[in-house]
Amino acid sequence: MIAWTIYITFAGAVAVLLLPRTFSRWIAFLATGAGFAISLSLLFCRDLDLAHFTTIVRAPWVPALGMNYHLAVDGISLTLVLVTSITAVSSVLFSWDVTERPNEFFFWLLLVVAGSFGVFLSADLFLLFVFYELVIVPKYFLIAIWGSTNKEYGAMKLTLYSFFGGALVFIGIIAAYVTGGSLDLNQLAQFQFNPQLQRWAFPVLFLGFAILAGIWPLHTWAPTGHVAAPTAGSMLLAGIVMKLGAYGGLRVAMNLFPQGLQMWSKWIAVLAVIGIVYAAAVALRQRDLKFVIGYSSVSHMGFVLLGLATANVLGVSGAVLQMFSHGVIGALLFAVAGRMIYRRTHTRDLDDLSLMELNRALPFAAFVFVIASAASMGIPGFSGFAAEITILIGVWKTYPLAVWITGAGMVLVAAFTLRALKKSFFGDSAANIRLQQGRVALDADWNEYGRITLAEKLGAGLLILATIAIGVYPKLLLDRIQPAVESMRFLKTGG
Amino acid sequence: MLPWLILLAPLVSAALIALITGRARRLSASISVVAVLVSFICSCIVFAKSEIAGTEIPWIEFQGILRVPIGFVLDSLSRTMLVLVSGVGALIHIYSPGYMRDDPGKSRYFAALSLFMFSMLGIVLANNFVMMFIFWELVGLCSYLLIGHWFERDSAADAANKAFITNRIGDFGFMLGILMVWAATGSVIFDDIIPQTWRITSNPTFLTICVLLIFCGAVGKSAQFPLHVWLPDAMEGPTPISALIHAATMVAAGVYMLVRVGFLVQASPVALGVIAWIGTVTAVMAALIATQQDDIKRILAYSTLSQLGYMIMAVGLASDEAAMFHLFTHAFFKALLFLGAGSVLVALHHEQNIWKMGGQGRNLFLTFVTFGIGMLALIGCPPFAGFFSKDAILSLAYNRNPAIFGVALFTAFLTAFYMMRLFVVVFFGKPRSPAAKTSRESPTSMLVPLAVLALLSLFGGFHFFASHFLTLPHEREAAAFIPGIALVAMLLGAAGAIILYRRRIEDPLSINLLRHKFYFDELYRVLINATQGFLARVSGFIDRWIIDATIVRGSSGATWSFGALLRLMQVGNLQAYAFIFGLGIIWIIYFVLFR
Repeated sequence: MIAWTIYITFAGAVAVLLLPRTFSRWIAFLATGAGFAISLSLLFCRDLDLAHFTTIVRAPWVPALGMNYHLAVDGISLTLVLVTSITAVSSVLFSWDVTERPNEFFFWLLLVVAGSFGVFLSADLFLLFVFYELVIVPKYFLIAIWGSTNKEYGAMKLTLYSFFGGALVFIGIIAAYVTGGSLDLNQLAQFQFNPQLQRWAFPVLFLGFAILAGIWPLHTWAPTGHVAAPTAGSMLLAGIVMKLGAYGGLRVAMNLFPQGLQMWSKWIAVLAVIGIVYAAAVALRQRDLKFVIGYSSVSHMGFVLLGLATANVLGVSGAVLQMFSHGVIGALLFAVAGRMIYRRTHTRDLDDLSLMELNRALPFAAFVFVIASAASMGIPGFSGFAAEITILIGVWKTYPLAVWITGAGMVLVAAFTLRALKKSFFGDSAANIRLQQGRVALDADWNEYGRITLAEKLGAGLLILATIAIGVYPKLLLDRIQPAVESMRFLKTGG
Repeated sequence: MLPWLILLAPLVSAALIALITGRARRLSASISVVAVLVSFICSCIVFAKSEIAGTEIPWIEFQGILRVPIGFVLDSLSRTMLVLVSGVGALIHIYSPGYMRDDPGKSRYFAALSLFMFSMLGIVLANNFVMMFIFWELVGLCSYLLIGHWFERDSAADAANKAFITNRIGDFGFMLGILMVWAATGSVIFDDIIPQTWRITSNPTFLTICVLLIFCGAVGKSAQFPLHVWLPDAMEGPTPISALIHAATMVAAGVYMLVRVGFLVQASPVALGVIAWIGTVTAVMAALIATQQDDIKRILAYSTLSQLGYMIMAVGLASDEAAMFHLFTHAFFKALLFLGAGSVLVALHHEQNIWKMGGQGRNLFLTFVTFGIGMLALIGCPPFAGFFSKDAILSLAYNRNPAIFGVALFTAFLTAFYMMRLFVVVFFGKPRSPAAKTSRESPTSMLVPLAVLALLSLFGGFHFFASHFLTLPHEREAAAFIPGIALVAMLLGAAGAIILYRRRIEDPLSINLLRHKFYFDELYRVLINATQGFLARVSGFIDRWIIDATIVRGSSGATWSFGALLRLMQVGNLQAYAFIFGLGIIWIIYFVLFR
């Protein structure tokens, strides 16, 4: 049944192209909504084996090369499909006002979503790669056509990085196929690759995927890409695309090459820790609100990589939970910055925003941003805390020093988040004269965009609900993630 | 079910206010008051019946590795704290509508207040480290929201940020401590750790580091030196908040936590020494600063710091009983003092400078009397509550560590001095501003809590009352002259203040070092700017100029020149193409035939 998420989204994409443009946003909403409903219902479905990567569809595709159209699902996949669908629904809602070429816009958007569903559900290495590459192209168009600040540069940088990562992944996949003699992920996961191969194939494959997860120092696509993208684009980037990388690293690189993981895990941890602290420090000095959030994404994804590097059940489960959590929280932050603020004020410069007294003009946006910031800072009650504490407990077992350094990063995260929050919504009212000018600039657009719309409220509400639900009761997902992680091979050999 | 009701009633109230009744400000206030009363009544029932147990629900569960439930501990310690927190909380809730009468953000205020009650009760009830940490962070968030209630004022917004970040630093240490405990014992639940304590205590160095890290949490939350700087600034929040969060309950959470994990803390002599001296330094430093402040709330804030120092000192001197006793009495009289100050502030239209007050004894008689009781309790005048608890700590210090005793005694002298200074300047003499001349007594809803707290400050220290709630410390060996010496110190301080400040219209003393609070803020600002600015600048530089410029642009440059190279071959000349084509064929033939 979960395979239908892919088909419905693709069908939606085709329908958007064929039908008149007035329908496109509704079609996109229905398609993504259906995906959300399916994945949510499967979350509560009892008779689904989520402990193993269970095949749901399998049909021969290119038999000569052993390629199959082969989909499977386990707790990890389901979690990521869920966060994809949640982000997708809300990004459609936050794009409700797109008037410029809406058909194409929603077509590309649905393609990103469908491709991501495909990656998370593929059990065939080549199929996974096809879906993975399929996501890159629509991203380019979304940014280059509907983006803002420096969009061509951002789009191109993102695409080049993606293709570079893709090339590395492709090398790794070929190596696995040639030696393992199969493309079936479950079969390959049983195959004993020799250590020499693992020594070089693991880092190539993992790095190729991790570029999309924003691993330091190959993260620079993320801030510029996020900033250049339209609101829905940055929501998808933060919510879904960065997860593709981390998921690939876990599902393919770590699962196939456990010994390679053992050899390289401490280097991953080092890069992850640098990424966490470093991105937070950079965010502290940014003036553009979206840059602040972009770097915070890199910092949060550092936690995912750190969790993966522990190769123990706590760390990896926490990392998967953090993928969910960051998907929701990152999307929410970008929604506020890109849609609620930027569309109305035409600026994201923190110094300008601080003159506008936005908390009065947009009280709902202020409320949402306070919640999103709290979630991003890892306040308990939101999903980020549950994920980060699980990761840190897991890391403590393997790399105690990393926890010490990461702690400094968490103080920095609080510092830059509070700074952005204060400047964007609760700006300095001492500058009363300049404030008047700010008001005028805001009022001019007031007629054009007006109040916060219902679509925005629904989109924000969905994301807030998701982060609180998991924050209050993380067992809901952890119970499904943990068995799936436990069945992975690196836990037995890699400890 | 009762413990759940205690915990969840304020949460429900916060949710209701935030989601539904935000516009109806009076209704929001009523919901919040009702919720805290429900918590208080349930707490009293739990206190009376000892056999009540709460069901726990799992929160995070990894079979055999990590188990974090949401569960409750209901021993005598937490039952007493429940009654104390919800009781003082209830009085302050009742007081609040009067104080916040005309505030447009009243609903927001009550939502945050309810959320705070939820979080604080969560700390008290927590039966494991992680749950305590969860609520620990949540009270930090509430404190942030409430300090920043008037965020239009830059000073308030900055104070809120400062409080949050300073606490974050402490919490970070606390978290590491928790991880160390978990790594050694495999559990975070107090009841499971206690039988495993030997795993930690068997390694003294490990134990010391572990306890000191946990103590970091208390240093942040209870505003001890060197993380004390946030508490005085926290006075930017509404006064009832200062009374509840920044005097009576939240800042005491650090002490409560140390007592809760006393089984670890008491096991490490080195850590105890550090704790005792940190408390002592905080006590005397804050008292010194308080003698030279002019803002009524800041004086009280420094006195809170100083009293918290006493409590931490008692913990460090290995007497949880004495620490809890002082926490108990301090909650009453400090809440009383802050609410009294709030009453003065309302009457004077929020003028906080004591030199613009004066002569309020006549205008605000009830406030004057109750404030007087609170002051006498604070300076340790018999028979008020503070006398007994402070005496217990002094006797303890005398027995365990004479040096600390000396400093503590000097602090008692200072306490009497600065409080009497405050009292004389505010309530006696002539009114020194127009507002002070025409001030009128506050409404009844504000005076009732004052009266109740005054009664508690009067009787709270007596054995017949306090022994219902606490195991009182028995320092029988202490010489009988300790109370005498303490009394002399107190009288000297009070008399000195009366002589020095009677009928003054401005401060005759001016000590810059104390007026600038030992220059801590300045020092920290320099340090933060240096490190943080440096870090951010370096990373920003690396990102922009090294990674992006050399690696990314470099590789894009390499691609580009490769492309340019290829372009050279595309000359557009048919003959050239044919030539290259021919070369290719020759090469293939060579390859196929001759290799």
